[in-house]
Amino acid sequence: MNVKKLNIKLKIWRQAGPKAVGAFVSYNVAVSPGASFLEMLDELNNDLEKKNLEPVTFESDCREGICGTCGLVINGEPHGPLRKIATCQLHMRHFKDGETIYVEPFRARAFPVIKDLAVDRSAFDKIIQAGGFISVNTGGVPDANSILISKDTAAEAFDSAACIGCGACVAACKNGSAMLFVSAKVTQFAVLPQGMPERQSRVESMVAKMDELGFGSCSNTYACEAECPKGISVRNIARLNREYFSAKLKSKNVEA
Amino acid sequence: MGNLNSKVPSGPVESKWTDYKFNLKLVNPANKRKYDIIVVGTGLAGASAAASLGELGYNVKAFCFHDSPRRAHSISAQGGINAAKNYQNDGDSVFRLFYDTIKGGDFRSREANVYRLAEVSGNIIDQCVAQGVPFAREYGGLLDNRSFGGAQVSRTFYARGQTGQQLLLGAYSALSRQISLGTVKMFNRREMLDVVVTDGIARGIVVRNLLNGEIEKYSAHAVVLATGGYANVFFLSTNAMNSNATAIWRAHKKGAYFANPCFTQIHPTCIPLHGESQSKLTLMSESLRNDGRVWVPKKKGDNRRPDQIPEDERDYYLERKYPSYGNLSPRDISSRSAKEVCDEGRGVNGGEAVYLDFEEAIKRLGKKEIEERYGNLFEIYETITGENPYNVPMQIYPAPHYTMGGLWVDYNLMSTIPGLFVLGEANFSDHGANRLGASALMQGLADGYFVIPYTIGDYIAGQKPALVSTEHEEFNKSVSAVKEQVYKLLSIHGNMTVDEIHKKLGRLMWNKVGMARNEKGLKEVITEIKELRDEFWKNVNVVGKGDDLNQTLERAGRVADYLELGELMAVDALHRNESCGGHFREEYQTEEGEAKRDDENFRYVAAWEFEDIGKWKLNKEELEFESLHLAQRSYK
Repeated sequence: MNVKKLNIKLKIWRQAGPKAVGAFVSYNVAVSPGASFLEMLDELNNDLEKKNLEPVTFESDCREGICGTCGLVINGEPHGPLRKIATCQLHMRHFKDGETIYVEPFRARAFPVIKDLAVDRSAFDKIIQAGGFISVNTGGVPDANSILISKDTAAEAFDSAACIGCGACVAACKNGSAMLFVSAKVTQFAVLPQGMPERQSRVESMVAKMDELGFGSCSNTYACEAECPKGISVRNIARLNREYFSAKLKSKNVEA
Repeated sequence: MGNLNSKVPSGPVESKWTDYKFNLKLVNPANKRKYDIIVVGTGLAGASAAASLGELGYNVKAFCFHDSPRRAHSISAQGGINAAKNYQNDGDSVFRLFYDTIKGGDFRSREANVYRLAEVSGNIIDQCVAQGVPFAREYGGLLDNRSFGGAQVSRTFYARGQTGQQLLLGAYSALSRQISLGTVKMFNRREMLDVVVTDGIARGIVVRNLLNGEIEKYSAHAVVLATGGYANVFFLSTNAMNSNATAIWRAHKKGAYFANPCFTQIHPTCIPLHGESQSKLTLMSESLRNDGRVWVPKKKGDNRRPDQIPEDERDYYLERKYPSYGNLSPRDISSRSAKEVCDEGRGVNGGEAVYLDFEEAIKRLGKKEIEERYGNLFEIYETITGENPYNVPMQIYPAPHYTMGGLWVDYNLMSTIPGLFVLGEANFSDHGANRLGASALMQGLADGYFVIPYTIGDYIAGQKPALVSTEHEEFNKSVSAVKEQVYKLLSIHGNMTVDEIHKKLGRLMWNKVGMARNEKGLKEVITEIKELRDEFWKNVNVVGKGDDLNQTLERAGRVADYLELGELMAVDALHRNESCGGHFREEYQTEEGEAKRDDENFRYVAAWEFEDIGKWKLNKEELEFESLHLAQRSYK
């Protein structure tokens, strides 16, 4: 197959370390349209290594859009110009010959840059650790079919549970808010009967942790939903607000 | 007779596990907190083990190389998880799941382990539902099931096409809860580079902190490896980019036997190769074969568009050759059949692809129903290929996917190094020569939730609470060896990149240790791998520094290990003069071209003992079949 290669000008954010000053560096690449965006970066890195230059650090793992490891801001948009895909699912056929592409890391106060395009998203783990679970130990649980869950409820829970924790919602938000991420987990457990016993404490702890970690607040621009590779709806945020207010009304953790 | 003690308890297979559990020693709750356990890997097996051990009260240190434990590659599993619940009233039972798994593995797995796996399968579903895993439901609110390859009952539980993700997030949430409770201490972005053994017992590990390159050491009373499989030895596989064999390979070099390394699974339904720059292959869930029909043109050189090839000029070769299982024939058989028709020149446009066609299913069930069942898989396909499978049949071809081989473990899941346990894909125990679909998730969670919490207690009960200090000579030796290797890799300054060498190795493995193997090719490839290994150590170029985040260095260490492991895979494939499951030796086939097993000479697990690089000693564990009769595997 002799498909014509695309000539692309890349402007990639290079930053040697968390405290180093970063800048855009230009590279020219010729890439086949069938290649994925990350495969283009693989090729670039292979060429850089050939020239004894340090390759661009970027993270990816499954390359199937499910592990949530990859995440680049491409021409100003987290995960690039297409909707409902992760960076690894973006293919070069969506770009034009001669095009200039800007590649940056996710930027948010709570996601500091580690090196080049890699950022630290461990704040998400801390939010889950604060309450994003149902407290059951292994063993001693009832038979799976003893809990009846309607098809619609299961589907609703699944839609929220589909979040891959990539952080695009935070990177897309001008306030660096993690509301979409938090609301998806809160919703999954708020609609399922298994989540009921901890419904109130869960939302309180997760929101408190989110605030503590330096995520911004939500100002309803819906940029998060637009960039979410799994199409997590902002309706989750509305649900989170309801859950939170209702929890606060009954809360024992009354603030002075 | 074999010379390995599998520690399989006596008694009828149905009661072995129950009786055995009663006889295991226990550690009382107050004493558990005096013991430290290291768990490496946070996929289904590792996360479920770390969480469950933390719940029991042990001090757990969990390690993963990812930025978060939630990224482990279990997350990519699509289709589902098997369990012998018999919710469908279609004749399933623990015994049938046991039988299907043994038969699917072509009678090369250990009966007692497989029975236990089937026995605890139902508990896994209960556990996951209690954690809030949103499995698919029927209208009445009960759990739904689908069918998978190698079974004639519907026993697969699923969450759309993202079952692995949902199960892993369940285990990750249980792990996160233990982290918050302080029973588990989580170490992210650490890659295990050695197991520390003193007086023949595993006492800890040495890891590289991937952020700053620091070499760190940790000691414990037991070490659990749950680090997955080694299909990335092929370079192109369905595994994640960073999945690797380094943890199990380094353990192997410290004394853990490696069992059946040549048993690799080539998955029949992957998206075909698009070009040179390809970095990985994408799986299309086997569940698609519930409704998709696999075919190629009958005539060689028939390059018409699929919709212009009339029904009677299509060869639905799986339905033709295996009428009772048809498109749901097991993976090894389906893959080999695809290779056969493509080798005959009947692949799509004469190339390496066959059709997976949903036209008939869309007519029968309607587009909406198909969308409900496979919507996200169809989207994945369209995103990658730019073709819409509702209108045009998918094109698929086999790709390396899973490795049945792994570190040898006994019934307790302990390796030949006392104190070193191995779970999930990283061990060899349950799938024999071929794994059935939806059984990897089952095994990972069975090992982590329901086996290791019992068996490790029996081991710990015999250990003194005092920890071996990380200042022990063996820890320091290990640290020096690891540092030396890092230094060596960085100082070669050759002309080839790590990826170039890895791709070369991958092509060698795919061509000669792939879907079909023969004596001549295997002998050649052993020499070629040795040469490539020499080339690597003379001519690789690892750019960057050791005390920094350096992804090239990470990959270099992994490729160095593949260059040794690849050879062992070929050595094992060459020694096994029979065909079974995924191991197809061209010299050993029936007249119809099916795998021809040799039970008289090869009814054993080949457990290789490391002596030196390129040198191994073969140990055997004879496989006894007490409950099942050895039979030729037929899906016709």
